[in-house]
Amino acid sequence: MTLAPSAGARRSPGPWRTAAGDLLRNRSALASAAVLLLVVLATVCAPLYADHIAHTDPFQSHVSGTTVVDGKTVPVLTPSSTGLGLGVTPIGPTWDPAHYFLGADNQGRDVMARLLYGGRTSLFIGFTAALLTCVLGTAVGVVAGYAGGVLDAVISRVLDVIWAFPVYLLAICLSVVLLTNGLKLGPLTVDAGSLWLPVAIIAAIYVPYIARPLRGQVLVLRNKEYIQAAVGSGAPTPRILRREVLPNVVPTALVFVPLMTALAMLTESALSFLSVGVQPPDASWGTIIEDGLGLLYTRPAVTIAPGLLIALTTAALNVLGDGVRDALDPGARLRGGV
Amino acid sequence: MSRTTRRIAPAAAVAALALTAACSSSSDSGSSSAPSSSGSGSSAFQAQHKGGTLKLVAHAAAGSFDPQVNYTLQYWQLFQSMYDGLLAFKKVGGQESFTVVPDLATAMPKVTNGGKTYTFTLRKGITFSNGKPLTTDDVVASFQRIFKVSSPTAGTFYNGIVGADACLKTPASCTLPKGVIGDAKTNTVTINLTAPDPEFEYKLAVPHAVVVPKDSPTKDAGTKPLPTTGPYTAASYDPNRALKLVRNPHFKEWSREAEPQGYPDVIDYTFGQTVESEVTAVENGQADWMFDAPPADRLSEIGTKYASQAHVNPLTAFWYATLNVHMAPFDNKLARQAINWAVDRSAVVRLYGGTNLASPACTILPPGFPGHVNSCDYTKGGGTTWRAADLAKAKALVKQSGTAGQEVGIVVQDDDVNKSIGQYLQSLLTQLGYKATLKPLSGNIQFTYIQNTKNKVQLALTSWYQDYPAASDFLNVLLSCASYHPGSDSSINISGFCDKTVDARMQAAIKTSQTDKAGADKQWGAVDQQIMGESPVVPLINPKLIDFTSTRVGNYRFSKQFYMLVGQLWVK
Repeated sequence: MTLAPSAGARRSPGPWRTAAGDLLRNRSALASAAVLLLVVLATVCAPLYADHIAHTDPFQSHVSGTTVVDGKTVPVLTPSSTGLGLGVTPIGPTWDPAHYFLGADNQGRDVMARLLYGGRTSLFIGFTAALLTCVLGTAVGVVAGYAGGVLDAVISRVLDVIWAFPVYLLAICLSVVLLTNGLKLGPLTVDAGSLWLPVAIIAAIYVPYIARPLRGQVLVLRNKEYIQAAVGSGAPTPRILRREVLPNVVPTALVFVPLMTALAMLTESALSFLSVGVQPPDASWGTIIEDGLGLLYTRPAVTIAPGLLIALTTAALNVLGDGVRDALDPGARLRGGV
Repeated sequence: MSRTTRRIAPAAAVAALALTAACSSSSDSGSSSAPSSSGSGSSAFQAQHKGGTLKLVAHAAAGSFDPQVNYTLQYWQLFQSMYDGLLAFKKVGGQESFTVVPDLATAMPKVTNGGKTYTFTLRKGITFSNGKPLTTDDVVASFQRIFKVSSPTAGTFYNGIVGADACLKTPASCTLPKGVIGDAKTNTVTINLTAPDPEFEYKLAVPHAVVVPKDSPTKDAGTKPLPTTGPYTAASYDPNRALKLVRNPHFKEWSREAEPQGYPDVIDYTFGQTVESEVTAVENGQADWMFDAPPADRLSEIGTKYASQAHVNPLTAFWYATLNVHMAPFDNKLARQAINWAVDRSAVVRLYGGTNLASPACTILPPGFPGHVNSCDYTKGGGTTWRAADLAKAKALVKQSGTAGQEVGIVVQDDDVNKSIGQYLQSLLTQLGYKATLKPLSGNIQFTYIQNTKNKVQLALTSWYQDYPAASDFLNVLLSCASYHPGSDSSINISGFCDKTVDARMQAAIKTSQTDKAGADKQWGAVDQQIMGESPVVPLINPKLIDFTSTRVGNYRFSKQFYMLVGQLWVK
C-alpha cells in the first residue's frame, strides 16, 4: 500500500478544462454559439457589404435616389400613382443583394446594410455593457460582502434603491437627461451622441443584478475555514480577495456575461426604439424597428427583420448562457434538473 | 397664427394688407373624389339633411375650451359654429372664406378719425345659449376679458386699443374706458385705436375677439364652456374623454354667411385614440372625421380604397428651416445660402407624403397669398419655380464661407414627418461637410424651445400657418426686428434676423396698405425676395391638408381661414 499516486493514474484536468469540456459536449450551447458567431461575422462584414456589394451609404438619405430592379431604373421612394396619389412607399425587398435586398426605409436607405451596421452597434453595446456590469457588479459585491459593517450597509441600501426602480423607467430617465448634456464625471466626458452613453446607462442600471448575488456568495465565503485561516495568518486583505475570494466568484460572474449581454441588447433596443438610445444617423436594431414603425402597413420587413435578429440573438445568448452556467456550476444543473 | 401640424402659436401682430375675395371654382356637396375639394359659396339650408350625430375623433384634446384663451386650430375650427364676434370670416368654402363680414354687428364698421375709430351697431334679438340677451355691455366686457384672461394675442392683436397698455400691465383692473365704449341707447360699440391698423378687422374676426356674457369668469374658463351665441353650445367637456356639442336652443340664423345654422343635432368629439385607430374608425364608419393627419403608411390606402372620402386642400402655410444668423456657421451669409441651394425640396415633399400633399416652396409667402410673387432664388438653372437642388454650388459656398467641419445642431419635433425631414437635413449637412446632430423634441416644447436664444438653436424645423390673410402675418411676424426677443420663449423671429432696411420696407408696405392694397402687395413681394436674398430661412414646402370623412358625411366645405366647416357637415 502506498499513498503516492501510481504512475498510471491521470491528473485531474482542473475546473476550467472540465467546464470547457462540458460546454463542448452541450449541443444546444454549441448551436447557439454557432448562431452567434454567424451573426457577429455578418455584422463585422457590414462595410464590405455596403461598399462592395450594395454600393450604398446606409447612413445617408437617398430620398430622391433610384435603383435598378429587373433591369429597370425605379425610384427608391415611389409616390403613389393610383387614386388620389397620396403617400410615398419605399421600395420593398428585391432579394437582390446588390440592389436593396431587404428594401429601403423612409429615408431611402438600404435596410440590409443598416441591419448589418445596426447589428454591430447592438452587439457592441450589449456585450460592452454586460462586461462592464459584470466587472462593476463583481467589484461592488465583493467589497460589500467582504467588508461588511457600515460599508456593506451603505452599498446594499444603494443597490436596493436602484433595484427598486423599474429598470426601463430608470434607463429612460437617465437617457433623457444624459442625451441632452452628455456625461461628465471628473475627467471622463462622454458626448451626447456617443455609443458609450447607452453602454454606461445600461451597465449602471444592471449592477445590482450582479452585485447582490455575488455579495451573498462572498458573505458565505468569508466564513469559510480557509479564508479565516488566511485572515488569521495575517494575509493582507487585497491578497485574500485576489487569491481566495475572486477565484470563487469569477465563475459566477462569467455565467452572467452571456445572459447580461442578451438583457443589455434588449434594453438597448427598447431605448433606441423610444428614441433615447442610439442616436441617428447611427443605426441599431432598435432604431431600425423605430424607423419601420411608420411603414408597418406598407413595408413590414423594415420592422420584422431587426425584430427577428434581436429574438434570434438573445435566444442564442440565453441558451449559451445556460450552457456556460451548467459547465461552470454542474451542481446547478443537478439542482435545477436541466 | 399657426404653426406645425395644426397647433396655433402666438403671433406678434402686424401691419397692413388686405385681401381680395375671389370666388373659387368648385362646389361640393357630399363626398368628393377630387384631390382638391374645397366646396365654395354659400348655399341655402337643406332641411332634409338636418339632424343626426356627427362623430369626430382626435388623438388628444386641445386644452382649455375658453374661446378667448385657446389658440389651437383644433378648437378654433369648432368655435366657428359656437361663438361670434362683431365680425366674422365668411363661413363658406374657397377663397371667399377670407372675406370678413358683419356677424354680431349689423354692418361693417364705420371707420373714422383717420382709421383710428371703429363704430359698430349691434344686431338686436340675439340671445346667448343661457337665455340672456346680447347687449353692448357684453361686447365691452368681452374686450376687457381679452386682457383679464391674458389671451395669447392680447399683447399682439389688441394692444392697439386705447388703454390696452394699462390692461396689459394690470389685467385684473382692465376697463378700456376710452378704448371700447358701449352705448346701450343707440346699441352701438365704438372702438378707438392708438394708430390706424389696416388688419384690425381681421383681428376682430378671430375667436379671441368673440363676445361672451358679461358675467363670464375673468379667468380661463378651462373645461367649463362659456355660453354661446352660435348654433351649437357645449353640453359637456372632459379633455381626457370627450366633448359634446348640442344645438343652442336660442339660436336663430341672422346671417347665413356669418353664422349659418348647422346640420347635425349633436357633435360628439372623442379623444384618446391612436391615429392608426382613428383611420380605421373612419373607414369602418365608427367615426365621421378624424382631426389628426393620417399616418404615412395609411395614405396610400386612403388615396385608393377610400379616395371618395378624402378631401385634400392646399393651405396658406409653409414649412421651413430657420438658420440662426447670430451663431456660427449661419452667421455667415454664404453658409446660409448654401443650405438654400442644397435642400432638395422634392425630397422634403416625398417625406411629407408626396406631390399631392405638398409642393416645393421657394418663397416665404405661400402661393395664392396676398403679396406672393412667383420667384425662386435657389433652384438649379434658375426660374420662378423650384426645379432641383444644386449641391455642387452649395458645397462651393460652404468652402468659400470657411465653415466646413463646424458642428450644427438640428432641432425638430419628434413626430414621424418632422423627424424624417430632420434626418434628411442631418444627412444633407453631413454631405456639405458639417458635423450635424439631430435633436428631436416633443411637439409640446419644441416650438417654444427653438424660439429662446438661450437654447442656442442653430437650425430648427418649424412651420407657420396664417392667422389671417395678410402678408405681414408671415413677413413682419416671422422676420422683423420687433419679433426678435433674445432670451424669451416668445421670440417668433427664430432666425434672429433683424435688418433695418428690410424693416423700413415692411413699415412702408404697412403704410401703403391703408390706401393701396395692390401696391402694398407688390411691396410685400419685394420684401419677401429681399429677405430670401439674405437667406435667414429655408422655405421647404407648402403643405396640403387631408380631411378624411366617413361615407355618410355630406356637404364638405373647406374654409381657407378655419378649414373644414364642422357644423356644415351633414350625416343624414
